[in-house]
Amino acid sequence: MLNGKHITIGIESSCDETAAGVVADGREMLSNIISSQISIHTKFGGVVPEIASRHHLENINDVIDRALKEAGVSLNEVDLIGVTYGPGLVGALLIGVATAKMIAYAKNIPLVGVNHMHGHIAANYIEHKDLKPPFMGLIVSGGHTNIVDIEDYNTCKIIGETRDDAAGEAFDKVSRVIGLGYPGGPKMDRSARDGNKNAIDFKRVWLEKGSYDFSFSGIKTAALNYINNERQSGRDIDINDFSASFQEAVVDVITKKAVDACIEFKRDKLVLSGGVAANTRLGELLIERASKAGIQVFKPSKILCTDNGAMIASSAYYESLKGNYSNLKLDAAPGLEI
Amino acid sequence: MNNDFFKANINPYISRCEEDTFKYARNLAKYLEAGDVIALSGDLGAGKTTFTKAIAEALKVKENVSSPTFTIVKEYRSGIIPLFHFDLYRLSYEDEFYNIGGEDYLFGDGITIIEWANLIEDILPSETLFIDIDYGASLGERIFKLRDMRNLRSL
Repeated sequence: MLNGKHITIGIESSCDETAAGVVADGREMLSNIISSQISIHTKFGGVVPEIASRHHLENINDVIDRALKEAGVSLNEVDLIGVTYGPGLVGALLIGVATAKMIAYAKNIPLVGVNHMHGHIAANYIEHKDLKPPFMGLIVSGGHTNIVDIEDYNTCKIIGETRDDAAGEAFDKVSRVIGLGYPGGPKMDRSARDGNKNAIDFKRVWLEKGSYDFSFSGIKTAALNYINNERQSGRDIDINDFSASFQEAVVDVITKKAVDACIEFKRDKLVLSGGVAANTRLGELLIERASKAGIQVFKPSKILCTDNGAMIASSAYYESLKGNYSNLKLDAAPGLEI
Repeated sequence: MNNDFFKANINPYISRCEEDTFKYARNLAKYLEAGDVIALSGDLGAGKTTFTKAIAEALKVKENVSSPTFTIVKEYRSGIIPLFHFDLYRLSYEDEFYNIGGEDYLFGDGITIIEWANLIEDILPSETLFIDIDYGASLGERIFKLRDMRNLRSL
């Protein structure tokens, strides 16, 4: 406890980022430290040169120390440890899980294993202090594209998911081929602002009627075919028009399905999260379509969109309120479902 | 995996549509056994994940098989043989494959399919089946070409 407030530290190491954040009473962010490799990615043209668990191992103690220091708390004042235990890369997850268990054991602090996807949703509890379930969630990132009905804190039902590529992955791959580089989402977002979104008609993939699932593999291939055809015919591609058109095709499908899901399941709040939540056009079109249907849209600030520790802390806090704790047998679950 | 598959199949195989690819994969799956490793190569959009989906379906995997690009590997244990689906697109060094415990899968109890496997070609088991997927002449057409290290000469 610190000044009468419940203190949670959240630890995240499911993929590329090593992160830790401290949150008071589940909602107030006291610190959020992220050790990102993005500058290294850029240097290597989009490929992750050091994705191994070793990277997390080198960073994790420092990241935790910095998160505590910036929050102005000592480990003795920490009431709860939250740690991502899945989904993700097993070697990466294990570093966070082992570290969290070690601290929990040494300092006798309760532990909660957090589902990374629940963490993404919880990022909105930090951003929007009055937001409470139920609501419809839209999680869009490099590894996920999900529409989930959030019935209660950390309790959700999948309404739709990607059957092949995640939206962020499609952005990254197409961006690389068109020459915009990594990270694809932000690069195409920037380029699209100066382009005409109707310049190229990329076919939208809606799947069966009534389905809330996504498929981005087809549009990725269509975009790559377009680039190859134009190049082979010796025509110049207007990169801004290309980015705007591709982005529109992806965002069109996501926003339409998310809003339709809200209507069908009678939710008047739509909560966006995940790395691609930072995409300008996604937010714009989502708000436009949702407001027409009387649905309010929530999204976190950029720093909370990315993988971070604070969102894990918030999710852990709400899980602990239900009396759900983990013990020291907690193990990484790479294929954990939402 | 044994030589029967090579004897029984046309190589290279021209798939005119996704349905052909599923048919081809179904046929291949009949010859697969635990411990087999398939290395897939082909440009972005060639259909490496689609091919893997088809193998998974043939192995009666219940879950949806989606791209493993982000997490590097996805495991499916609901089918008749476990299926491990790798994508090394985001890796740059052979070491990284070791660091994520990749070797354990290669000699594990399931079938391992690896996209962008060229990075680790030197450390793959000698009986790895290589499948190159190329774009065909018309839109939607794909050419599947098999190579097997051990049998390279006889093909």
